[in-house]
Amino acid sequence: MIPVCPTTALPPGEATRVEADEPIAVFNVDGEFYAIDDTCTHQDASLADGWLDGCTVECPLHASCFDLRTGKVSGPPAKTPVRTHQVVVQDGMVYVQAGTTADGIA
Amino acid sequence: MSSTIAVVGASLAGLSAARALRDQSYDGRIVVIGDEVHAPYDRPPLSKEFLAGTASPEDIALGAPDDEDLGLEWRLQTTAVGLDHLSRTVLLHDGTEVRADGVVLATGARARRLPGSEGLDGVHVLRSLDDAIALREDLAAAGRLVVIGAGFIGAEVAATARKLGLEVTVVETQPVPLAGPLGADMGAVCAGLHADHGTRLLTGTGVARLLGTGRVEAVELTDGTRLPADVVVVGIGATPNIEWLAHSGVALGNGVLTDARGATNTPGVVAVGDCAAAWSATAERHVRIEHWTNALEQPATAVATLLGAGGPVPTPVPYFWSDQYGARIQFAGSRREGDVARVVEGSCDDRSFLVVYERDGQPVAVLGMNQPRLFTRWRRQLRAAVPTAS
Ligand SMILES: Cc1cc2nc3c(=O)[nH]c(=O)nc-3n(C[C@H](O)[C@H](O)[C@H](O)COP(=O)(O)OP(=O)(O)OC[C@H]3O[C@@H](n4cnc5c(N)ncnc54)[C@H](O)[C@@H]3O)c2cc1C
Ligand SMILES: NC(=O)c1ccc[n+]([C@@H]2O[C@H](COP(=O)([O-])OP(=O)(O)OC[C@H]3O[C@@H](n4cnc5c(N)ncnc54)[C@H](O)[C@@H]3O)[C@@H](O)[C@H]2O)c1
Ligand code: FES
Repeated sequence: MIPVCPTTALPPGEATRVEADEPIAVFNVDGEFYAIDDTCTHQDASLADGWLDGCTVECPLHASCFDLRTGKVSGPPAKTPVRTHQVVVQDGMVYVQAGTTADGIA
Repeated sequence: MSSTIAVVGASLAGLSAARALRDQSYDGRIVVIGDEVHAPYDRPPLSKEFLAGTASPEDIALGAPDDEDLGLEWRLQTTAVGLDHLSRTVLLHDGTEVRADGVVLATGARARRLPGSEGLDGVHVLRSLDDAIALREDLAAAGRLVVIGAGFIGAEVAATARKLGLEVTVVETQPVPLAGPLGADMGAVCAGLHADHGTRLLTGTGVARLLGTGRVEAVELTDGTRLPADVVVVGIGATPNIEWLAHSGVALGNGVLTDARGATNTPGVVAVGDCAAAWSATAERHVRIEHWTNALEQPATAVATLLGAGGPVPTPVPYFWSDQYGARIQFAGSRREGDVARVVEGSCDDRSFLVVYERDGQPVAVLGMNQPRLFTRWRRQLRAAVPTAS
């Protein structure tokens, strides 16, 4: 598991990027934490820099929207989903389990 | 009887219009007419990743797997040569025609050429995939590049060529590059990017002529200076592809003139993307926006107009980005001469900053360099602040 930050350091509506083999973006949506691949599947943009709207994040470069729960993309220009990762909160710390999908399937 | 809509121009605006038609439940026939041999592709990478050799033609294809379901009738390698507005018939170069109930004009723009550069090898413009392939091949064997024009094409090509190891000189007639879109102060910051990366930028100087027989050998400036060149790239602006509409009765200016919802003066004909000059209530004139996001988003409104749907008049906040020497530049809003640029985050010297342009104390535009997160917030704020006309 990769430690991200204390829960208090990632308030609702905020996002952060963690370095891993492929960087991961972690979001707090009204107290729920979600993690997806940080790099947009279209071109080179960091989704942690994007605009959070409910459970979707809009890419800061060309505005494709990704669902944080499923990784699915809503429309062009991106064509492929991002991977989702499982988030674990333990003793006030946020961790991500890279390589496992949000629903626990590797 | 089933109806037909003809989309003329098979690039970002044309494909976006075809997608929008299906999105808005149009179930008739859609014919997409385009003069290039390639299926629609994305142009921004042509001066960046594709030219650098890190993106392939497959990487920059615009088509998505879902597009198969759109049921589009493609007429590629086909040039529209005229439009009969009474019968809404698009005339094609091979003498055939497409009779339609509605027409979407999306023929974009082409690169302006330097008079006197015709027929000289080693002189390039950059607009199409074929242009980019030819330029990439030529750069691979070259040592010295001269770029004419320090606009978007000029800056991006210069940056990519430096990365490829070429010696680069950029020549610009204006005293400061990108002063039109960004203002003189911020244009000066962009001039600094060239200097940071070892590109020679010569401003306030014009080109007298190109020298060489068969192949270009040098660029002669108006002050007599001769710049030796293996390759020359001309990036001096773009011209809308509207000549084919000259006798169609469709009103033309600097582009196809439309109202704010994409309607031309001709019933059943709308125009979108780089070829269209849409009425802007904010600017109080027709504005031809030559940026990617406009070509992506504008068709939804124009198609609604074509299908007879109402809805509010959009007041978009224009947006573009540019990548120069690894710096990500993002701009949103409408800037005018006289607006005051204020740095609200970071510093220009660090090449990481956010600048807000203000008019009468109100923010009207925002520019970010390497500040995507903050930029996104400001862009949102601008969008929320713009009133929607009805
Ligand atoms: C090298 C390059 C880099 C760019 N980078 C950026 C960037 O970083 N950011 C940004 O915001 N914007 C960028 N742009 C601008 C952006 O690509 C354009 O705004 C966008 O392509 C406009 O789309 P369009 O479909 O309106 O027109 P176009 O892309 O010009 O497409 C028009 C199509 O219609 C075809 N056509 C023309 N006449 C006819 C005819 N008579 N019959 C049939 N077909 C016809 C043309 O061949 C072309 O295929 C860049 C442009 C270029 C060239
Ligand atoms: N990042 C982006 O948004 C991007 C990137 C590339 C291209 N484009 C689009 O592609 C089109 C073409 O780009 P462009 O850079 O050629 O146009 P441009 O209008 O951005 O820049 C042209 C530049 O050339 C200068 N110029 C004009 N005539 C000259 C001459 N004879 N000698 C020297 N300088 C001269 C102008 O002063 C200007 O600075 C535009 O529509 C542009 O918006 C956009
Ligand atoms: S980089 Fe994310 S949509 Fe283009």
